Amino acid sequence: MTEMTAERKLSALEERFPGKVSPDARPGYEGFTVAPKDLLEVATALRDELGYDYLSSVTAVDYPEENVFEVVYHFYKSTGGRALVLSAQTPRNKASLPSLTPLYPAADFQEREAWDLMGVKFEGHPDLRRILMWEGFDGFPLRKDWKEAYYEEEHKPFAARWPEGAVRRSEDLNAFSGNVAYSKEFMAQPDKYEEEAEPLLYAKLNEEAEKMGRNFETDFVTVNMGPQHPSTHGVFRMAVMLDGETIVALKPVMGYLHRNHEKIGERNTYLHNMPFTDRLDYLSSMSNNWGYALAVEKLMGNRVSVPERAEYIRVIMAELTRISNHLWAIGFLLNDLGAFFTPSLYAIEERELILDIFEATTGSRMMCNYFRFGGVARDFPEDSWNKLKDLVNERLPRRIDELDVYLTNNEIVGSRTTGVGVLTPEEAIAYGMAGPVLRASGVPYDVRRADPYGIYESFDFDVAVRYHGDCYDRYIIRMDELRQSLKILQQAVKRIPAGSVLDKNPYNVRVPAGESYGRVEGPKGELGFYIVSDGSANPHRYHVRAPSFINLTALEKMCVGQKVADVVVILGSIDIVLGEVDR
Amino acid sequence: MYGKGILTGMKVTMARFVTTYLDDLRMLGRRYYNPAGIEYRRSKDAKGIFTVQYPEEKLPMPEEFRFVPFLIYDVMPDGSHQDRCTSCGICAKVCPPQCIWIEQTTNPETGRPVPEPVEFFIDIDICMNCGYCAEYCPFDAIKMDHNYELASYDRHAYHIFNKERLSQPAEYYAGIRPANYSREEAIRREKEAKKAAAEAARAAKAAE
Ligand code: SF4
Ligand code: SF4
Repeated sequence: MTEMTAERKLSALEERFPGKVSPDARPGYEGFTVAPKDLLEVATALRDELGYDYLSSVTAVDYPEENVFEVVYHFYKSTGGRALVLSAQTPRNKASLPSLTPLYPAADFQEREAWDLMGVKFEGHPDLRRILMWEGFDGFPLRKDWKEAYYEEEHKPFAARWPEGAVRRSEDLNAFSGNVAYSKEFMAQPDKYEEEAEPLLYAKLNEEAEKMGRNFETDFVTVNMGPQHPSTHGVFRMAVMLDGETIVALKPVMGYLHRNHEKIGERNTYLHNMPFTDRLDYLSSMSNNWGYALAVEKLMGNRVSVPERAEYIRVIMAELTRISNHLWAIGFLLNDLGAFFTPSLYAIEERELILDIFEATTGSRMMCNYFRFGGVARDFPEDSWNKLKDLVNERLPRRIDELDVYLTNNEIVGSRTTGVGVLTPEEAIAYGMAGPVLRASGVPYDVRRADPYGIYESFDFDVAVRYHGDCYDRYIIRMDELRQSLKILQQAVKRIPAGSVLDKNPYNVRVPAGESYGRVEGPKGELGFYIVSDGSANPHRYHVRAPSFINLTALEKMCVGQKVADVVVILGSIDIVLGEVDR
Repeated sequence: MYGKGILTGMKVTMARFVTTYLDDLRMLGRRYYNPAGIEYRRSKDAKGIFTVQYPEEKLPMPEEFRFVPFLIYDVMPDGSHQDRCTSCGICAKVCPPQCIWIEQTTNPETGRPVPEPVEFFIDIDICMNCGYCAEYCPFDAIKMDHNYELASYDRHAYHIFNKERLSQPAEYYAGIRPANYSREEAIRREKEAKKAAAEAARAAKAAE
C-alpha cells in the first residue's frame, strides 16, 4: 500500500512540477526536495490542488558538513493518510527561505522557533521575533557549533565518568566561562534583552490593535497576564491589548521553562532520550514515550519488532494516560471558570488510581520511562493488573458518568463557555490545531484513525467530533474521548494475549542513517518526533512537534473580540502543559 | 428550568459530602492511620476522603517503585563484604544525565582492571530516577532504592553519594524487592548449576 501511494504521490507532484520537485536521493530519506525559489509555488499547489491542507510540522536541520540548513515540512491531508515530506535547503551563512505562514498559519510559531533556535530567516513572515529565547539573546542554540552553559562534551556518554570517575559538581563548571559560545559583546552585557524584547512585543501588539480599529476615542489598555498567574497553568504570559473589556490583540510570550530539550536530545544517545521525553508533557509521559519509540523504531526498520502483548500494553497505557489527562483538563477548566477545586479534585481522585497502576508497573507515577525500542520495559504485576480491570470495567465508567451529571448541564458552565473562543473547521486546519481542539471544531481527525500506528486498527472505537468549535465543545469532546478510551481499554484488557513484552534490550542502540517522523495521537493532539540519524550512537537531529505549543498559534484568533475574563477559559480549553510548550 | 443543571450537580456534591461522613462512621477508627485503611482508600470502592496524611501516614510502595540507586554487596561466609559491581561502566554509560562517576583501577602486577570499583559516586540531585542503571547492569549490582526522604539542608555536603553511602547488603535488596530478588537468584543458581555441570563434564572428560 505504501509503495503505491508513494508512487502516486510522486507522479502527481513531479508531473505538476517537472524539474522543480525531486525525490530525496539520500538513503533513508523519504521526502521531496524543492529549491527555495519554488517553495511557495509548490506549497500553494499542495494546499489548493493536491489536498495537503494540514501543515503539521516545520523544523530546521543543521548540516554543517554540507554547509546548509535544511527546513523540513510535513504536510498531511485533513482527510487522513500519510505524510508528504518536503525539504528545502539554504546556505548556512545566509540562511533564508520564503515563509509559509501566509499560506499556512500553522507555520507561524514553528518558523519563529526555527529562526530563534537555528537562525533561519523566513522572508515574508508577519512577526519574526524570537519565541522561546528572548530578543537580544546572542546565537542560535540548536546549531551544531553551539555550546550551552555547563557544556562538557559533544556527545554522551562523557569520558569523564568512567573509568577515571573524578567526580565534580555541575556547578563547578562556570556557566559563563570558556565552555559556552556567547560572543564578547553579549558577555559584556548579558541582560540587555530587557531593553530590546519588550518594545518589540508592544509594537507588535499596537500594530495588531490598530488594525482592529477603535469604537470610541478611548485609549487601549495593555494588560500582562502572567507569567505568574494562576490561570496560565504554569509560567506563561499573555500580553493583551484591551478596548474596555474587549480584547483587540493578544500575544503569547513563552519560553520561561525552555531548557533546549532538543539540543539535550542531540547530545544524548537514543536510549537516553526516553526518560527526557517524560518531561515534555509531564502529565502524559506514556504518550510521549510512545511517539519517540515509534520514530526510532521506524528508523530501525526490521531490526526491531514489537511483541503483540507489548502492543496491547502500549495501547492500554496510552489510553489510561489520555483518561488521566482529560480528567485533569476538565477539572482545571472548571477551576478556570471559578469552580474552585471541587470538580478538579473529583477528577484528580480517579487520576490517582491510574497513577497507582503506573507506579506499580513502571516504578514512577508520572515520569514513567516505560517504553523501549521493541516493546515496553516490563509486564504488569498481578495486583495492578487486577486493579486495572476493576478500574476500567467498574469504577471509571461510573465516575465519568457522575462527572457528566455534575458538570455537563450546569448552566454556569454553559453560559461561560458556549460561543466563546470559536474556531471554524477551516481555521482549525489552517492553524494546525490538533487533538481535541481540532475535533471540537468539526474536523474528525485523529491520528489513531487517520494514520494508524500500533494496533489501533484492530479496536472498535469512534473518533469523537463536535461541531461548534467553542469552549463548551472543547469540554464536551473530552468527555466523549474519555468514554471512547474506556471502550478501547475494555477491549484491550479482554483480548490481551500472553507472551513476552520485549525481545532485546541492548544498552547501545544502533540506528541506521535516515530520517523518520513518528507521530501519535497524544491527549493534547498530534505529538510528533522528527529524527535524523547519521548512523552514529546519537541522533543528528531530534525535534519534537509539540501539540501544546502549536495549538497556541490560534490563541489570539480565538480571543480577539472576547472579554478579558474569557481568555482564561479559552486557554484552559486548549489544555497546554508548559513543559511541552517551552521544551 | 434554568438552574436545574446546577441543582443536579449540587446533588453530586451533596452525595459526596454525606458519603464521606457515612464512610467515616461505618469504618470508625479503621479508615485512617492503618495500612488496611490506606489500602481501602486507594481501592475501586473507595468513597469519601482520599487524602493520605503524609507524613503521619505513608503510601505503601510497590516493589517497582524507584528513587535513587544503591549498590549491592554480598556478605561472604567469612563475614567480608564483596561488591557485586565489577566497575564495567555500563551504568555510567546509560545514565541519561550522566550523574554516575566510577573510578576503576588496574592491578599493578597484571595490568588488568580490578573487578571492583575504587570509588563510585552518584550525584543524587542530578539523578532523574530513570532506573536505567539498574535495568542495564549485567551483574545485578545496582538497584533502585525505595527511600525517598533524602532532603537535607546542604546539597554540597551530602548529595553526592559515595560508594560507602551507596552500598547496601543483598539482604536489604531482598527486603524491598522480593520478587525481583528471587527471580534473579533463580537465574543465578541456574547459571551456576550449568557452569558446575559443564566443569564436571570437562573434568570427567579429562579424567578419561
Ligand atoms: S553497577 Fe553494574 S553496570 Fe555499573 S559498573 Fe558496576 S557492574 Fe557495571
Ligand atoms: S536512575 Fe537513571 S539517572 Fe539515576 S543514576 Fe541511574 S541511570 Fe542515572
